[in-house]
Amino acid sequence: MKVEPAEEERHVKANARDYNDKFSYADNYIKTSKYNIFTFLPINLFEQLQRVANAYFIVLLILQLIPAISSLSWFTTIVPLVFVLVITAVKDATDDYFRHKSDQQVNNRQSQVLIRGHLQDEKWMNIRVGDIIKLENNQLVAADILLLSSSEPYGLCYIETAELDGETNLKVRQALTVTSDLGDISKLTDFDGEVICEPPNNKLDKFTGTLFWRDNKYSLDNEKMLLRGCVLRNTEWCFGMVIFAGLQTKLMQNCGRTKFKRTSIDKLMNTLVLWIFAFLICMGIVLSVGNIIWESWIGGNFQVYLPWDKIQSNAVFSGFLTFWSYIIILNTVVPISLYVSVEVLRLGHSYFINWDRRMYYSQKDVAAEARTTTLNEELGQVEFIFSDKTGTLTQNIMVFNKCSINGKTYGDVYDEFEQKVEITERTACVDFSFNLLHDRRFKFYDSSLVDAVKLEDPSVQEFFRLLALCHTVMPEEKSEGNLLYQAQSPDEGALVTAARNFGFVFRARTPETITVYEMGRAVTYQLLAILDFNNVRKRMSVIVRDPQGQTKLYSKGADTIIFDRLDPSSEDLMCTTSEHLSEFAGEGLRTLALAYKDLDADYFDIWMKKFLFASTVTENRESELDILYEEIEQGLKLLGATAIEDKLQEGVPETIASLSLADIKIWVLTGDKLETAMNIGYSCNMLRDDMNEVFIISANTLSEVQQQLRSAKEHILGLSRVSSAEKTDTFADDFVFEEAIIAEYALVINGHSLAHALEPQLEHMLLDLACLCKTVICCRVTPMQKAQVVELVKRHKRAITLAIGDGANDVSMIKSAHIGVGISGQEGMQAVLASDYSFAQFRYLQRLLLVHGRWSYFRMCNFLCYFFYKNFAFTLVHFWFGFFCGFSAQTVYDQWFITLFNIVYTSLPVLAMGLFDQDVSDQNSLRYPSLYKLGQQNLLFNKRQFFLCALQGVGTSFLLYFIPYGAFSVIVKEDGSHLSDQQAFAVTIATSLVIVVSVQIGLDTHYWTVVNHFFIWGSLAVYFAILFAMQSDGIFGIFPSNFPFIGTARNCLAEKSVWLVILLTTVVCVMPGLAVCFLRAELFPTLTDKVRYLQQARKREGPQEQNLRRVRRTSSRRSAYAFSHQQGYGELITSGKNMRITTVTSAPSPEGVTQRSSWIDNMLKRKSEVACISDDSTGASESSSKTIQTPE
Amino acid sequence: MAKEKANSGPLARRPDNSAFKQQRLPAWSPMLTANTVLPFFYCMAVLCMLLGVWLLVTVQNTQELKVSEPEFSQIYLTDALCASALMISILFLSQGNVFFYYGLRNFHQNLRRYMDSRDDAQMVGRKKNLKSPSTYCEPFEKDENGLPIAPCGAVANSIFNDSFTLVYHGSKGSTIHVPLYRSGLTWYTDKNIKYRNPKVDNLTLAQVFEGTAKPLYWHKPVYELDPHNPDNNGFINEDLIVWMREAAFPNFKKLYGILNRVSEPFTEGLPVGNYSIEISYNFPVQYFRGRKEVVLTTVTWFGGQNHFLPIAYLVTGGLILLLAVILTVIWWKFGKDGKNMKE
Repeated sequence: MKVEPAEEERHVKANARDYNDKFSYADNYIKTSKYNIFTFLPINLFEQLQRVANAYFIVLLILQLIPAISSLSWFTTIVPLVFVLVITAVKDATDDYFRHKSDQQVNNRQSQVLIRGHLQDEKWMNIRVGDIIKLENNQLVAADILLLSSSEPYGLCYIETAELDGETNLKVRQALTVTSDLGDISKLTDFDGEVICEPPNNKLDKFTGTLFWRDNKYSLDNEKMLLRGCVLRNTEWCFGMVIFAGLQTKLMQNCGRTKFKRTSIDKLMNTLVLWIFAFLICMGIVLSVGNIIWESWIGGNFQVYLPWDKIQSNAVFSGFLTFWSYIIILNTVVPISLYVSVEVLRLGHSYFINWDRRMYYSQKDVAAEARTTTLNEELGQVEFIFSDKTGTLTQNIMVFNKCSINGKTYGDVYDEFEQKVEITERTACVDFSFNLLHDRRFKFYDSSLVDAVKLEDPSVQEFFRLLALCHTVMPEEKSEGNLLYQAQSPDEGALVTAARNFGFVFRARTPETITVYEMGRAVTYQLLAILDFNNVRKRMSVIVRDPQGQTKLYSKGADTIIFDRLDPSSEDLMCTTSEHLSEFAGEGLRTLALAYKDLDADYFDIWMKKFLFASTVTENRESELDILYEEIEQGLKLLGATAIEDKLQEGVPETIASLSLADIKIWVLTGDKLETAMNIGYSCNMLRDDMNEVFIISANTLSEVQQQLRSAKEHILGLSRVSSAEKTDTFADDFVFEEAIIAEYALVINGHSLAHALEPQLEHMLLDLACLCKTVICCRVTPMQKAQVVELVKRHKRAITLAIGDGANDVSMIKSAHIGVGISGQEGMQAVLASDYSFAQFRYLQRLLLVHGRWSYFRMCNFLCYFFYKNFAFTLVHFWFGFFCGFSAQTVYDQWFITLFNIVYTSLPVLAMGLFDQDVSDQNSLRYPSLYKLGQQNLLFNKRQFFLCALQGVGTSFLLYFIPYGAFSVIVKEDGSHLSDQQAFAVTIATSLVIVVSVQIGLDTHYWTVVNHFFIWGSLAVYFAILFAMQSDGIFGIFPSNFPFIGTARNCLAEKSVWLVILLTTVVCVMPGLAVCFLRAELFPTLTDKVRYLQQARKREGPQEQNLRRVRRTSSRRSAYAFSHQQGYGELITSGKNMRITTVTSAPSPEGVTQRSSWIDNMLKRKSEVACISDDSTGASESSSKTIQTPE
Repeated sequence: MAKEKANSGPLARRPDNSAFKQQRLPAWSPMLTANTVLPFFYCMAVLCMLLGVWLLVTVQNTQELKVSEPEFSQIYLTDALCASALMISILFLSQGNVFFYYGLRNFHQNLRRYMDSRDDAQMVGRKKNLKSPSTYCEPFEKDENGLPIAPCGAVANSIFNDSFTLVYHGSKGSTIHVPLYRSGLTWYTDKNIKYRNPKVDNLTLAQVFEGTAKPLYWHKPVYELDPHNPDNNGFINEDLIVWMREAAFPNFKKLYGILNRVSEPFTEGLPVGNYSIEISYNFPVQYFRGRKEVVLTTVTWFGGQNHFLPIAYLVTGGLILLLAVILTVIWWKFGKDGKNMKE
């Protein structure tokens, strides 16, 4: 990264590369890789040597090269070190290779760029700031560009910002009026406007700048920007000028830094290594003091036979040298192979994730992928999950699921015994073939509704008529009968599609008319007014006049709102419908109530006049309109209610239930609206009606937020004192697979409040409150806020966090969490690319955590325990021997044994255990989510466990030394020749050690596969093979100095007494551990032991059905109006601005065109906030004249 | 990645359904249950005790006679440079082979610098190394004249060079020199592979070693170590080989000779009676507060008189039995029927 002075203002001139090059703005090349071919070796080596462990071994290597203290040959260190460095380097190289590939793929996407008057296909990476590029429908936007013109009238264009904020509804962008006619190449080539704007930043919803063109200034805002990552929709083409490119785009700025993620075990391991190092130094000091004493008492006298070195002047100096010698000898307590083995294990675990068929999604042909291979065991310790909503929990598909018409519900299927039938894939769908225009993808299972439509039940017809008329959907008919609806919100699309299939096909609209094919008959309604939706009104209405001249108002909205405005005659129906609504809501459906009203012609005329007048008023227009709307939306007649299912991903409630049984807290962070988010909360079973309280924090100022947070907290703390007795009860029985009945709270907080709550003075309160609640939902949050929430928890909770999301808006959250999970198989790849793990469905999270994560953690912990045990047992023998060899740093073992012990003799069995061990099967892991808690509490490997392992190792080393010592001090060979020499002793101890640690690994292995058998027996065999080979005549003949142990194994292991020693050592070393394990399992069985016990018992009994108990949704009464909808869309329709001339088929409107044009103009101004700083009157009049022309 | 490309189709990326990849390898998952652990403990206890008893019985049949320091030191103090005799009496008949060991106490053959101070390449008879010994041999690499020392190093230099003669004082006052084999004391591999004299045709051993010096403390050069047996000279001298096999602990004993049972009255072993050991003193131990000892012993199938192993086995067996009983009681009281295992 070059260090540049911070950019204060950005000057970009269109079509002037030379001018823009002066500023050295980032180009559109994106680089996430770390190395290239030439820098790989130095940089990678440098990085590797920065790791404490590797640096430590380099220091050791240097020590070993000093002859005076070299107690071990240099090869004992260099062989494993090179091995480790090479393996790590290979892994890094492959990782980087894939990063290169993905960069290349992004950088080489094609885009059309205007260069010297011609449109040329260019790669994305060659796009520069100031270029004018052409985008076509459904293309990804290559950089942050200023919209200049588009195929649509008024320079409108539609984009989907799912990559940025997760919202899939279409958003409108509009070009400046002055640039919107730059539709052809020649005009664009001449365009030489200069944009002066803010420097690159990460604010997705803000942009300030000014366009200077033809001596005029035009102010620019976010409504004119298309950001990288958006997709152009519904617009044939558009032109834009690149403002920010590459890494300076808002998307990339929002990505956050890529941090190297380390697991907590990693950190613990580093701490432990430091401890061990300290321990090592202590041992070194003890031994060197011993050496000083020994040298001055005995060694000094022994100088006749062994004079001191020339450099060794006195005993103290000898002690000093001995210290270093012992550091070298004892360094194997921290074996180099530990790090490489850990890496290998993680890699293996990652492969198991990649290979898991149960995390493979066949519909999209996507398998799970572990993109980072260093975090696996952390998956077994997750305490917080931060989940995105759209695309992660939900499929973002709305389905018309049920409805209640005139007091009768439709949508459920009953069998002949009047029993509700569960709808599955196999349930027969209703046949819509009577309707030529039906949408094939629409599925409905209750045929009675179709029958009702066919019988021309008036209320049913009116119901669907309403659905076909009251909306802001745009139809698109590419060919005859091939209808496509462009809905601003998926809810509306679902409703109109439902009406379409039931024979009320919304086919075309003009600003003044709506054409509906009612049971195959074209009926054109005059659209008189759209009473648009907003957050306060929570309803929308249309006023139409049917061909018979009858004027009607159709209204749909939140049930509570509609019910307040009903005619008294609908009272009975309201009660019934209300019941139905609560039933729907209980199933997690999004409900809307529908009502209509026949309007008296005279009354309407008067109202219309008032309405038109109010529309032209500039001040207080909105409030006046609201009053007018309120006035006419009275005395409605209820038609019924619809229930839309915001389709959850498969298995989401079950997954959430199971994860929360594992004590994992799930927080939903979504850019969606409060209502939508809560709705999903209910349907995911995260919010329930039986919860004691759902706190909604929604305030605009810091103090208000503080107030709300405090009162919520006080509420909880006040109540919990009462229910504390109840609590202790339920905690004791946490094994039971049932929802605990302790006080449950939920917190829902919106983006504004969150911004305040995340400030330093409130964040603690927020966190405390959030942790008291069982469910936390944050809505309307920006990508950065998502990351901030994650950071907050990470900082203060010492817990492992996992973030899961699918879109670019989740990237920052994914990157800042300990573990990031991306949902793959969607269109955007940003989330996946930033993630550590990716798979296609939210429900796989359950398997990833409860099975793979738990196993990984379990395996890693067992591995580490064993590894430390093994190395303590191996190394500390030198310590004991020190007391008998005058503290002279003489090794007990052969040097070759020291070199090979960790990397050959004992590496594979422990690796096999670390890779394949399973304490309980995967089914049982899923069946008993509580097993997961061990990992969260970090019980399997912590400082205490380490201490115990180390202690066991020390004990073993003690026995390993002293039992052979006792025997060898008096031992002779069978033929009387002596055997108590150092080499025979070395071979005996080494053999005992290998056997003892092999038996120990056997005891530690819970799951003996063929591989385990092969490795354990194989390692023993290899030990003996190498032992005999290294001590054979042949190799001694070639290198007599390096293999002085010639014949020792043969002579030594031929002795029965030696085997008696080995047997005794093994028995004594192993039995105590065995007894302790047995006692622990008998007296204080852990949950794991219990499940294992059950598993064994069940295996004996034979296979059984092991289904997870189904999680039942609780019924809840609530009202939901969940349009993910923007205000003011209705205006666009009535103004006709968003209609292409070709789609306008009906006759021109008879009246009000001229009046409306000014109203439209006003609307337009408000909507797109065209602010003409200088004299922009020409632009305004231009646009108004165009509006008048459009309908023709 | 390559194999993904190999197959195509709608399920191209579906992972293989192999037991290995799905982590469903058939496996044996043993549990430490009372049914397996307790019998195992009892078996081990019985096994250890049986072994212990057997070893103990065997050890009881060996006989060992140790003569150590007090007797030695007196001699050295009175007459430091003379050969002297030491009276012992054997009160039992040593059956079978009797082995004669010399022992040293507080002599550290296991010091790192001491152990390194040797050149195996020289001792295996490499001509190059004979004349230019390894630097590890410092300061016993070359003598003051710069001649290479053969065998070099502190180990060889400090060879134990006392000699012993065992004399039997018969019942009639006659004295018989007890015949000892002075060869066959080493491992086959040492004698035949690890230690070799430099091979030069037509040259005597003395000529081969020409140009080398004897170790500083030696009285005679390496090719004259055994005046009686010319084949036992040079690097393959058995006393040298025995010494060069460095002891693991500061107190050790090394084989000096084996009773030659060819002639009467030693065909059955050492008869009961009085013996004296004549020692020619060469090896001073008082500098490092060491002690010498002489051991006469018979051996069994698991070596000499080794009380450690039988006792260790008996103790271990006893402890395991105790542990097994405790475990049984605990299991009986608390864990029976797996009642702890209930959900």
